[in-house]
Amino acid sequence: MIDVPSIADLNLTVTFPAVFLALFTMVVLIVDLFIPKDRKIRTAHLTLGGLVVAFVWNVLVFDSNQTALGGMYIADSFSGFINFIALTAAIITCFLSVDYLKRTGIEQGEFYSLLLFSTAGVMFMGAASDLIVVFIALEILSIPLYVMAAMRYRDAKSEESGLKYFILGAFASAFFLYGAALVYGATGTTSLPEIFASVEGIVATDSGARLYLVLGAALIFVGLGFKVAVVPFHMWTPDVYEGAPTPVTAFMSVAAKAGGFAALLRLMVIALPELTANIGDTIAIWQTTIAIVAAATMILGNFVAIVQTNVKRMLAYSSIAHAGYILMGVAAVGTIGVAEEATRAALIYMLAYTFTNLGAFAVVMALEKDDGSGTQIADFKGLSRSRPLLAVMMAFFMLSLTGVPTTAGFIGKFLLFGAALEAGLVLLTIIGVLTSVVSAYYYVRIIVNMYLEDGEGDPAEGATQYLNYATYAAFAGTLIIGLFPFLAVNLLDTMMIAGLF
Amino acid sequence: MIPPLWMFLTVAAALFSIGAFGVLARKNAVAVLMSVELMLNAVNINLVAFWRFGETAPSVIGQSFAAFVLVIAAAEAAVGLAIIIAIYRTRQSVVVDDVDMLKW
Repeated sequence: MIDVPSIADLNLTVTFPAVFLALFTMVVLIVDLFIPKDRKIRTAHLTLGGLVVAFVWNVLVFDSNQTALGGMYIADSFSGFINFIALTAAIITCFLSVDYLKRTGIEQGEFYSLLLFSTAGVMFMGAASDLIVVFIALEILSIPLYVMAAMRYRDAKSEESGLKYFILGAFASAFFLYGAALVYGATGTTSLPEIFASVEGIVATDSGARLYLVLGAALIFVGLGFKVAVVPFHMWTPDVYEGAPTPVTAFMSVAAKAGGFAALLRLMVIALPELTANIGDTIAIWQTTIAIVAAATMILGNFVAIVQTNVKRMLAYSSIAHAGYILMGVAAVGTIGVAEEATRAALIYMLAYTFTNLGAFAVVMALEKDDGSGTQIADFKGLSRSRPLLAVMMAFFMLSLTGVPTTAGFIGKFLLFGAALEAGLVLLTIIGVLTSVVSAYYYVRIIVNMYLEDGEGDPAEGATQYLNYATYAAFAGTLIIGLFPFLAVNLLDTMMIAGLF
Repeated sequence: MIPPLWMFLTVAAALFSIGAFGVLARKNAVAVLMSVELMLNAVNINLVAFWRFGETAPSVIGQSFAAFVLVIAAAEAAVGLAIIIAIYRTRQSVVVDDVDMLKW
C-alpha cells in the first residue's frame, strides 16, 4: 500500500520561499495582462516585490533543516544559501532588464514571469532530495531560459542562440534522465538519502546493479556538466551567451550555473560518495575524473578567452573557466573530511561570482547600443575619461574575476584552493593558480583599454538609473565580500552547514 | 510470458542511441526535435521496465517518474517548436546548418 501523507506531513512552511515564488509567477503572468503596453515597468516593480518577499522569507526559514513534501525537498543551510544566490541574482537581473528591454524593443511582461520561473527552478534545484525533483527543477530552470535567450525574436542572432541552447539543453536533459533511470534501476528508489543508503551494498558486489549505478552516475554527470558548461560539454556557451539579450546572459551565467552546481554537489555529497573509494580500490575514480574535467575546463576556458574580441564571448569563456574552478570544489568534496569545507568554498565562490559577473555584464550593458552592437573590447577604449566611475567599477569587477586580494573573487579562490589542497589535489590546485595568472591577461586587457588606450570614450548611454542601481549593488556585494569575507563565511556557518553531513 | 529485463534495456539503449545519433546528424531542426523525443522515450522504457522488474515493495516511483518525463517532454517540445517557427519566419529555413551566424 502507498501511504497517503497528511497536509501536516508535507511540512509546507519550509518550502515557502520557492513555492511562493512559483505561485507568484502565475500572479505576475495574469496581472501583466491588465498592464498597458507603455507601463510594463509596473510588472518589473511587481516582480521585484515578489522576489523581495521570497528573499525575506528565505532568511526566516534559513536553517530550519527540515524535509518537506514527503522527503523530496530539503530545507537546510545549503538550499538556503542557494536560494540566497538565486534571489540575489534575480533581483539584480530585474534591475538590469527594465531599461534594457525598453530600449532594445523587447519589452514584454512575460520576460519577468520567465525570470521568476527560472529562479524558482534554481531554488528547487538546491533543495531537491529526489531525482524526480532534480529533473523537474532542472527543466523549470532551463525551459524559461530557452525562451528568454530567443526573446529578441526577429533578431537572427538571438533566435539562433535560443535554438542552440534549446537543442543542447534538451540533449543534456535526456542524458541526465537516462542516468537517473539507471540509478533508479540499480537502487530501486529515487530518493537521494535512500540511494545513499543502498549504494554501499551495491558497490561491494559485482552485479549488474553496480554497472547501472556507475553508468548512471556518469550520465548524470554528463547531463549536469552540459548545464554548467564544463569541458567537453561547453561548446554551446559562447554562442548562446553572445546571441542572447545581455540581461539573460548575465542571469544564465550565474543562476543557471548555481542551480547546476547545487544539484552536482547534492548528488555527490549526499547520494554517491561511496562511489569514491570502493570501485577503484584505493583511487577515487570519480574524484579523479572530475579533477581531470576541472583541469581541462580551467585550461580551455582561460586560454580561448584570450583570443576573443567580443566582451560577451570573452565573458562566456571566462564563465567556462569559472565553472572549472567551482568543479574543483566538487572534486574536493570526494575526499573524506574535506567535504564540508569544500562545499562551503564552492558556495562562497558562487556568491562572489554572482556579484562580480552580474556587475561586469551591467557595465557591458551600459555600453551596448540599442541594436546589440557596442560589445567589442575596443569599445571600452577611453572609458575612464568619458565615464570614470563606470570604468573604476569595471576595473574592480575584472580584478575580482582574476582573483586579486580585497575583491570577492580572491576570497572565493582562496577558500577553493585551500579546500582542494587539503583534499590532496595538489596538481589541480597548481593548474588552478597558473590558469588564474593566464586569466589576468584578458581581464587586465579591458582595464588597459579603459585607462591607457586613446579614444573618445563611449558615452555609455545605456547606463540608466535602474542599471546604475544594479551596478552599484553588484559593486557593493563584490567589495563587501572582498573586504569582510567573514560576513559571508559566518552567514554560511550560522546556517549550520554541518547539518548537511 | 514477459521477456526478461535485459531485452527491454537493450531496446531502450538502442532507441537512445538512435535518438542521440539523430540529434547530432540530422539537418532539419524538426527532425532534431523528434530525435530528442526518441531519447526521452527510451528513458521511459527504462523506467517502466525497471519498475516492473524491481524487487521493491509496491511503489509507483518508476511509473510516476515516467509520467513526469512525458509531461515535461511535451512542454519542451512546445517551446522548441515555437523557437523553430520563429527561426523559420526570419530565415525561411529550418535547416540547422543555415543557422550559423555565431561561430561554433
